[in-house]
Order: sequence, then structure tokens, then C-alpha cells
Amino acid sequence: MTESPKNLRDASLTKAIMAEIRRITTQPWNIMEICGGQTHAIMQYGLDQLLPPEITLIHGPGCPVCVTSLQAIEQGLQIASQPDVIFTSFGDMLRVPGNQADLFTARSQGADVRVVYSPLDSLKIANANPDKQVVFFGIGFETTAPTIASTILTAKKAGITNFSILPANVLVPPAMHAILSNPANRVQGFLAAGHVCAVMGYHEYLPIAEQYQIPIVVTGFEPVDLATGILMTVQQLESGQHQVANAYPRFVTKEGNQVAQSIIAQVFEPVDRQWRGIGAIPLSGLGLRPEYASFNALTRFELTQTPLNESPLCIAGQVLSGVAKPLDCPAFARECTPAHPLGAPMVSSEGACAAYYRYHRTRE
Amino acid sequence: MCLGIPGKVMKIYEQDGILMASVDFGSVEQAVCIATTPEVTLGQYVLVHAGFALNVLSDTEAEETLKILHDLQEFNARLTEEDQTQ
Repeated sequence: MTESPKNLRDASLTKAIMAEIRRITTQPWNIMEICGGQTHAIMQYGLDQLLPPEITLIHGPGCPVCVTSLQAIEQGLQIASQPDVIFTSFGDMLRVPGNQADLFTARSQGADVRVVYSPLDSLKIANANPDKQVVFFGIGFETTAPTIASTILTAKKAGITNFSILPANVLVPPAMHAILSNPANRVQGFLAAGHVCAVMGYHEYLPIAEQYQIPIVVTGFEPVDLATGILMTVQQLESGQHQVANAYPRFVTKEGNQVAQSIIAQVFEPVDRQWRGIGAIPLSGLGLRPEYASFNALTRFELTQTPLNESPLCIAGQVLSGVAKPLDCPAFARECTPAHPLGAPMVSSEGACAAYYRYHRTRE
Repeated sequence: MCLGIPGKVMKIYEQDGILMASVDFGSVEQAVCIATTPEVTLGQYVLVHAGFALNVLSDTEAEETLKILHDLQEFNARLTEEDQTQ
């Protein structure tokens, strides 16, 4: 037995699960997949087309590039534009629009902006360039948090002092609270993001399911995984249950990866954080603990406050909180395209607008 | 960003004090940091994200899930056959 995509992309198995969903569904249900990676997989495999019309999938805010605040992007641009700085980032972040420019623009104007695959690559750049300040744009959910924390621990151990991060990590459970306590909320069940849960487990979701009486099913990313997650959610909705269930047990346990969690807790602590398009969510981010404050780029560089200007056309906030779908936006595929994005969800490989642009238009 | 790619651990080693593994992703082998999965052994599958292994695949759970789903597939196929014979 291996992790074989052949089994997990089996069309007849996916269709059989979809048939079971159709068989048990008696009324309309709204289910949110939190993770943008799942949104893309759903659109890519056309799973939304195979579901009965009663089931509506609402796309969630789990796109780290999309929710990284405009302020953090402006801070990144300012840091990147300083002399003797190498600014490193995951690639998706480079085309996210700031007030006027993005990091690609900064690079074209002479800033040393480099794409890295891992924060460890950034640390290697710091080691090789002792006369430069190397900054990593620390974005992402609980999946990137252990990778960034582990890199900081490595930097500290190795005595590398020209490395720092622009801290912008966010957390899933506080965002779920924010969605569920919004009076406009339509979500009746959640597919919890499988890879976040691979790190964090799912014990954090038990009080959420109880408080809001909502089923939460930990779900993976292959078609069979997604169909199973939806089936287990519908089974609960149809029988009036609100449990936390696990449709991704091959990588997720209730406790999660405790080594990773302790590394996160050693370096980071929960802080209030601004989510782009959504607003401030209490204790929804990870900030550096005082012992690691020297790795904070925000204290290492002198930055000026800039006014923040979002595009008046973009409805990213409504898309990210599940209130609107990308096709509801008048700018979709007109003023806003992946080549000229007005908002971050059109940029990212996890953004809902980019998923609709790439997969939905080909069906028309 | 939360993409995780499963791969097979082929070699475990230490580099500059960091616990690393060489991981086979089918067509390409890559160096992956296993500081957050120090328990992993050769031949096991890990879920890799941003150059780090986030967790180790549970073979038994993977088999169990597929078995349940194949049972469901057979169950639905029987239902369809019964529908057609009625």
C-alpha cells in the first residue's frame, strides 16, 4: 500500500461516492471548504458539477496570499526597496497588488527580490551573503508556521544574524469563529483543511462544532478525499449531527504533529492580526515571542506608515468570507484577470477567483 | 500554499546540524527537512510542504479508508442493479 494517486483519483470511486451523496440528500445544504487548495482541486476535477443541485460549496478564506494584509505587503515593499536587502518570498506573493505596486514591480525597479521554495532556502541565502540583510516574507497558515519556526531555530543555533522574517502567519480556527459569528453567515458545514490538520490535529475544532452546532470534517485534496469529506458532512447534516469527523486519517490524527506544534509554540505566540478584505480577527495570527524578537524585520528596519488603498471594484472580502462567489463580481475577467489582478484571490494558485478564471470559463 | 506532496523517504542524514531526508516524489528526488518528523524511518511516506515533512503517512489508515470506499462502491453498484431489475 502506498500513497497512490491512482486509487485516490479513481473516477468510478469518486462517482460512487457522489451517487451516495445524491441518494442521501433531501434538502439544500451549504458547505464551506476552508482551504483554497481544495477550491482549486474541486474546480479542476469538476467535483462541483457532480454534486446534486442541493449541495452548494462555499469557498473559504484559506488562501494565505489572499488574506495577507495590504499593510504587510506595503511593509514588504518598503523593506525590499532598501539598499543591501535581499527580500525572499514564496512565489505567489510577488504579484499580489499593494497600493500601487507589487513585489515584481519593486524587482523591476532594482530591488533584490527572490523567490524561494522553502524558508530554509532563504536562510542559505543569508549564510552566503553575510554583508546583506536577508528577509523572508513569513506568510501562511499552520502549514508554513512549523517550517518558518524551525528555520528561525536553525538560524539562532547557527548564529546567523543577518536573517529575519516579516511575520504575517495566520490561524484557521479564529477565522472559522469569525465566519460563524457573522450575521450574514450561510455556512452549515465545514470541510477542514487536511494539511493544516496534519500539523495541528483536529482537537481545536471540537469546541467550534459544539458552540455553533456545525459538522466539521477533516478533508484531503484528492478527488476521492474531497468527495468523501463532502459525503461525511452531508451524512451529519441529514441526521442532525454536529461532530468533528476525520476523512483524512492517513495523514491526520486528533493530536496532530506534536513535535511541529511545540516548535511553533517555542518561537511564536498568538497575536491579533488584520486579514485582507475581512478585517481584524483577535488572536488570529502568530507573532514572534520576545526571545526571538531579534528575528523580526519590523523592528530591524525603519518603516513609514503609508495610507492603504484597495481597489474600489474588487469584492475580495466578500469572496473570502463566503458571502459572494467570484462570478458575482462585475470586474471578474474584465478589469480583473490573472495578468492584471485587482485583488489577491485572482493572483494565487489557491485564490477562488483564479480557480474560476482557470476552470470555470473553459466549461462555458 | 497548503499544498502537500507525499513522497517516499529514501535516505536520512544530517546537514549543518539539521535532520534531513532524501525524498522520492516519483520522478524527482529532493532534500527535505524532517526536523518536525524525527520519528520517520526509511521507506515511509511523508507529506512535504515548503521543504519540510509535515507528517508521516499511516499505511493502515490509508488501506482502511480505501476498503470502506470500495465497499460503498459495491453497495451502490448493487443498488443500481436492483433498480434496473425492478
